[in-house]
Amino acid sequence: MKRLMNIEPSRFWRTFLTIVPFIVIIALYWSASDARLAENPNDKLLPSFTQISSAIDRMAFTENKRTGEYLFWQDSAASLYRILLGITISAAIGLIIGLINGLLPGVRAGLSPLVTIASLVPPMAILPILFITFGLDELAKVMLIIIGTAPVIIRDMQSQVMQIPKEQLIKAQTLGASTWLVTIRVVLPQIMPKLLAAVRLSLGAAWLFLIAAEAIAAQEGLGYRIFLVRRYMAMDVILPYVAWITVLAFAMDFSLKKMSQVCFPWYHHQEASK
Amino acid sequence: MSFLQINNVWKSYGQAQILERLNLSIDQGEFISMVGASGCGKSTLLKMILGSEVATKGEISLEGKPLVAEPDAERGIVFQKYSVFPHMTVLQNVMVADEFTKSFLLGRCFGSARKQVKQKAESFIDAVGLTPAINKYPHQLSGGMQQRLAIAQALMKAPKILLLDEPFGALDPGIRADMHVLIRDIWKKNNLTIFMVTHDIKEGFELGSRVWVFDKVRHDPQAPMAYGAQVTYDLKLDTDKTPDIAALTQKIAVN
Repeated sequence: MKRLMNIEPSRFWRTFLTIVPFIVIIALYWSASDARLAENPNDKLLPSFTQISSAIDRMAFTENKRTGEYLFWQDSAASLYRILLGITISAAIGLIIGLINGLLPGVRAGLSPLVTIASLVPPMAILPILFITFGLDELAKVMLIIIGTAPVIIRDMQSQVMQIPKEQLIKAQTLGASTWLVTIRVVLPQIMPKLLAAVRLSLGAAWLFLIAAEAIAAQEGLGYRIFLVRRYMAMDVILPYVAWITVLAFAMDFSLKKMSQVCFPWYHHQEASK
Repeated sequence: MSFLQINNVWKSYGQAQILERLNLSIDQGEFISMVGASGCGKSTLLKMILGSEVATKGEISLEGKPLVAEPDAERGIVFQKYSVFPHMTVLQNVMVADEFTKSFLLGRCFGSARKQVKQKAESFIDAVGLTPAINKYPHQLSGGMQQRLAIAQALMKAPKILLLDEPFGALDPGIRADMHVLIRDIWKKNNLTIFMVTHDIKEGFELGSRVWVFDKVRHDPQAPMAYGAQVTYDLKLDTDKTPDIAALTQKIAVN
């Protein structure tokens, strides 16, 4: 008998073991929901799958009688627009400032302590300031995502740039490269895969800030809807919304991973061969 | 006037004196091996010639003019490792050497300019024997092949001085011997002036036309950092004759 730490599951078993926990959770939910509904058919806490699917049908595939819109898709579009805009701007800021900070000691001396302190300000604590200065519409929500995620990405990019071996930077100079050319031909290509990794890690925080901002002030959006229907204890709407947000987050994470593998194959091969 | 002149150069880091009173002159085409115990300052002198470190006192001049205080294309370098760019193939790694100086804005050449650079790069890749691996990335190459690539990169700029910082220190003995043949060949063909730091005395004598041995002349047991190292032996070798390495090594070891 091999040691436990040396037993690798086969392909079949790995797939099987991946699926099992999900099936168990669904089965547990189903039996618990059944038991509660048997006792009280008006129970709202654990709606049955039929109730959930009719709620999905109502939200996603039926026109809203008052506005003629499909609420679910409208909410999704509003939230996706905010988070994609926020995280894209964050990534751009993180890349540019992190790169300059990492490469130029003169700039780093001035900016790096400021970024460190800024990254420690709790973004939720300054949300009221954002609402006061940027108003209650899109800008404040996007700003919250940027303020919440950009400093972390800046710091990560800075340290990644500083981890590039000095030898490479000196070598480039002996080949006649200027600071600009070292930046775009040596440093930038090497930290792009790190940027994608940093963005993947900050997606969780971005969703947190988005939903928080939507919960407080919005007219549409996934977070807004969840907090709105909470008043009616509408678990049949909340649960599919949460599942949908998870699916979106997973899809974003997965596509960033694939993008990195397609655009920077040398990086992934190098990591794998380490 | 000599090619490279080192005039009363001192180097210290804070309280620690590393090198003191270096007065050396080098002619074009010499191959200088720098040997000595680790921490004796041989790499520091190499870095000062490279321009990534600056002398605390004194001056180094190249062809009568003070050395530029930052690395530039006049001085090529091969480090023990990390001298190639991991995100470029062998061909790109060598081509980029010319693209850096030909295209100030993008660092990339296109069309006929690219064809020209590519041809030149291919000839240098061929000279170091890397043609079969031309489209591979550095992590797919062995240590010896990576060093060959680093040498090809440096040669693209036709540097006045080639600096080697323990270039073969991480290689297997067999591959090391191949690299010795290669570097000797390149030195003779290009009339290069080479400085090589090595901790392998035998290698130093085998390759060099001149060997510098670094050691401390003055020593204060109460303050071991107070005095720096100097070049205690400056041996010019007749490169056509095989030197009696055993005798020379013993001569150094006795002191």
